[in-house]
Amino acid sequence: MKPASFDFLCPETLEETLAALAEGGSEARVIAGGQSLVPMLNMRLARPALLVDIMRLAPLRQIETSGDEIVVGAGVRQAELEAWPNLSRDLPLLAAAFPWLGHVQTRARGTVCGSVAHADPSAELPLSLVTLGGTVGLRSRKQKRKVAADDFFIGMMATDLAEGEMIEAVHFPKARPGTGYAFREIGRRHGDFAIVACAAVADDSGLRLGIAGVDDRPRVFPLPGLDDDQFNDAINDIAWSLNARDDIHASARYRRELVRNLGCETLKEASRCRA
Amino acid sequence: MPRMNAAQRHVVDFTLNGRNVRAQAENRMLLSDLLRHEIGLTGTHVGCEHGVCGACTVQIDGKPARACLTLAQQVRGSDVRTVEALSPDPAELSPLQAAFRRHYGLQCGFCTPGILMSLDALLREQPDAGMEDIREHLSGHLCRCTGYATIVEAALSAAEEQRKEEIPNA
Ligand code: FES
Ligand code: FES
Repeated sequence: MKPASFDFLCPETLEETLAALAEGGSEARVIAGGQSLVPMLNMRLARPALLVDIMRLAPLRQIETSGDEIVVGAGVRQAELEAWPNLSRDLPLLAAAFPWLGHVQTRARGTVCGSVAHADPSAELPLSLVTLGGTVGLRSRKQKRKVAADDFFIGMMATDLAEGEMIEAVHFPKARPGTGYAFREIGRRHGDFAIVACAAVADDSGLRLGIAGVDDRPRVFPLPGLDDDQFNDAINDIAWSLNARDDIHASARYRRELVRNLGCETLKEASRCRA
Repeated sequence: MPRMNAAQRHVVDFTLNGRNVRAQAENRMLLSDLLRHEIGLTGTHVGCEHGVCGACTVQIDGKPARACLTLAQQVRGSDVRTVEALSPDPAELSPLQAAFRRHYGLQCGFCTPGILMSLDALLREQPDAGMEDIREHLSGHLCRCTGYATIVEAALSAAEEQRKEEIPNA
């Protein structure tokens, strides 16, 4: 199908962008790479009255290190972050997740923040952001605010983004020495939506497991140490606490089983990588 | 840049296969439709129109991208290449196309233009591309005829040929 019609604006400044979003309210949408939004337009699942293209805003097209955070602007394409020279040192979890994330052909256009804004429950970037304890930087004409990623995702393709607001950047905590990171996924093919994806962080304070593809948003859980007696019970409880659903790709039961097995493997790998 | 009204067509200036092009498009027009219906380059195919099959793959600023997931207005000022640009002479095949022919890398040919554009970009960026890289690039494409094996063979053969040419007498 073809998109329904919409007005189009390609602003040169952030002020102009925010003014247009404020005026457009719920009828206005930001477009960056378009790899999540254009399919929604084509299928007419999204019918905005106005699209605001932010790719000409140079300040949004940067990857910056600020203190212990890596700040990825709203105009940074996934392929640009993938090719960022410090990726494996500063964001090893993302380096492990990238091969699973869309295809070469969609990463070339799609942005990091666009994937976060789209909030697909099985998407790799929201999962990584939540597992690392990152934040989302939001901006409207009136205010600037930061929301913890775990609070930003509120449901199936639903986020805390308010009317007139846009994502300005996402903030990933930089890797700390002595911390292990791992990412695993089961999908039909690389690039397809995950049936289940797991991300894990292991550090002094313990283990953290992020899970996508099961509940209606990425979820993250703390876990006791791997050799802890309680470990198996804990991961089993997590599997049951998620709202697993049956769909054409997998049954809810299979998804829970993947959470136990893949979750355990991912945590083990993260623990091994601690060095 | 003023707000562009939904009801009108608007100018899109870009480079297409090495030439400057000025086209007209409604905001809602996809790049795939601009190429096929407005400009008449029907080599770019449209399968699913939501980013799944890869038939519509073209190169935007040197990188393979889905034309069906790109609005015509988004390529303003960009450099777009389509399958029509692969061979300078319409009567001849490019080395990559010739390899597809030699290895039976196509049957119905519906998926082929997209696959060629992805592989062409890969072989340009990574002349030493091997099996893994080729498969990774092909994972963004669906072919319902060949079973992919002959496509991989064709790509490996084109890569090898290209490497030989780059090191003369080797
Ligand atoms: S037509 Fe574009 S990906 Fe299928
Ligand atoms: S040759 Fe027919 S779909 Fe690929």
